[in-house]
Amino acid sequence: MTDFPDHWQHRTPRVRLAIWFGWLCLVALFVWCWELMTARTIWSFVWDAPTQAADIGSRMFPPRWTYVENLLVPLWDTLNMATLGTILGVILAVPIAFLAARNTSPFPLVTRPVALFIIVASRSINSLIWALLLVAVLGPGLLAGILAIALRSIGFIGKLLYEAIEETDIRQVEAITATGASGSQVLTYAIVPQVLPAFWGITVFRWDINIRESSILGLVGAGGLGLNLQASISTLAWPQVTMIMIVILATVVLSEWVSAKVRQAII
Amino acid sequence: MLELTSLTKVYKTGDKALNDVSFTVPKGQIVGLIGPSGAGKSTLIRCINRLVEPTSGSIKLGGRELTRLSSGELRAQRRRIGMIFQEFALVERLTVMENVLSGRLGYVSFWQSLTRRFPPADIQRAYRLLDRVGLMSHADKRADALSGGQRQRVGIARALAQEPELLLVDEPTASLDPKTSRQIMRLLVEICAEDGLPAIVNIHDVPLAQQFMQRIIGLQSGRVVFDGPPEALTTEALTTIYGAEDWNAMKNDAAEDVAAEADAVRRMAAISA
Repeated sequence: MTDFPDHWQHRTPRVRLAIWFGWLCLVALFVWCWELMTARTIWSFVWDAPTQAADIGSRMFPPRWTYVENLLVPLWDTLNMATLGTILGVILAVPIAFLAARNTSPFPLVTRPVALFIIVASRSINSLIWALLLVAVLGPGLLAGILAIALRSIGFIGKLLYEAIEETDIRQVEAITATGASGSQVLTYAIVPQVLPAFWGITVFRWDINIRESSILGLVGAGGLGLNLQASISTLAWPQVTMIMIVILATVVLSEWVSAKVRQAII
Repeated sequence: MLELTSLTKVYKTGDKALNDVSFTVPKGQIVGLIGPSGAGKSTLIRCINRLVEPTSGSIKLGGRELTRLSSGELRAQRRRIGMIFQEFALVERLTVMENVLSGRLGYVSFWQSLTRRFPPADIQRAYRLLDRVGLMSHADKRADALSGGQRQRVGIARALAQEPELLLVDEPTASLDPKTSRQIMRLLVEICAEDGLPAIVNIHDVPLAQQFMQRIIGLQSGRVVFDGPPEALTTEALTTIYGAEDWNAMKNDAAEDVAAEADAVRRMAAISA
């Protein structure tokens, strides 16, 4: 019988040293950042913070319940902005996703990079920034808000959808191709049914996010609840600010509930 | 009639999956294609309906050359060839009926298929086929709600909906239990006999091939090394195809399967009596 070694190591000494060194660098970076942060903080403000917070807090309560009447129209605007923005975003994102997915892109060398660039460009700019730009171009109002939401949604929906398209089962595609189906028939019979649950999940999820985002777009003049929020903060009407926050919270909880229900229903 | 002449497929990696394969399948003949994994069985049947592009050689179905077709002609030729898959390859989220009707995609326009408005004759044919494979009551169920054997029956109905002149069958029973495997093979053989439909069946279960096939072709490293009736498949022939192995043990296993099946039937009869 041969002698088998009784000793086995998961990593080589070199790899262990490298991992140890990596951790050392990370700790050093953290210490350095901490130093930098504390050096530039005005500590008297920080020590004062609890008093300040308590002061604003006391002014924020109780919320001004009667202010709700003034919020109903902006709330409706916010919901519309989120919903219309999502719909427009979906309409634009679907073709881009099919152009970006490796298995459906008609001319991968040309169409993929273009589609991926659109997705990245849309994702890299926050909707607040999109709104800022669009308000400057289109003037303040809901249209700027809707377009800002749509432009930001393209990247989000496009990316998640094209990943779902790339993960489809190739055997189902092969089977439909083998019947003599055309390219567009393969798309509608083999690929669409497979990505449909992902599509609805992504859309509802994005709608849910868009409700949150559209409630602050008014800060830069794009309409909705954010407009009231900005007005209330600048006039130091803190009880109104509390009321707006309560309305936003209630809306987000509701949209969360709706999107959870929809996702349950489709899976 | 299907004629393959000097069919060769070399993959980009340099693997010669098929090497000068030639044979003819006359009308109504069921051919079992056996061979070890990687022998080129799957490549061979995928070359015939051009899911895999052959490197050289010729494939003729009813006198019509299938290599070197334009994409439109390829579509029209694919309609003539029904294919049945190992893991059924149904579109899981569509209904049974939609899956069967998808066999007609080569015949209808994009709008007809998108709106699911198939011609009445197609719908009637689909119902007839569902009845033939015993799934009439499952027409509106989703494909992923069915058992393995039922799914393969839908796969068969989909292939037949094409009104094919040839069936390509890729490991039809590899995902099924022994009893369901035999039922599916029996169904396939019956259907081919009824319609005089030739079929090429990839099958790695040698006893099953011997039981149901009229002719066996053995592939080894992309070459035809055996071509004859199942009775001619001797121990020597199997060793040429697969390499040395205890073939009698395998045959005994198959005999046990059959005995177990008979036993199960007896016990079921006893319970219901």
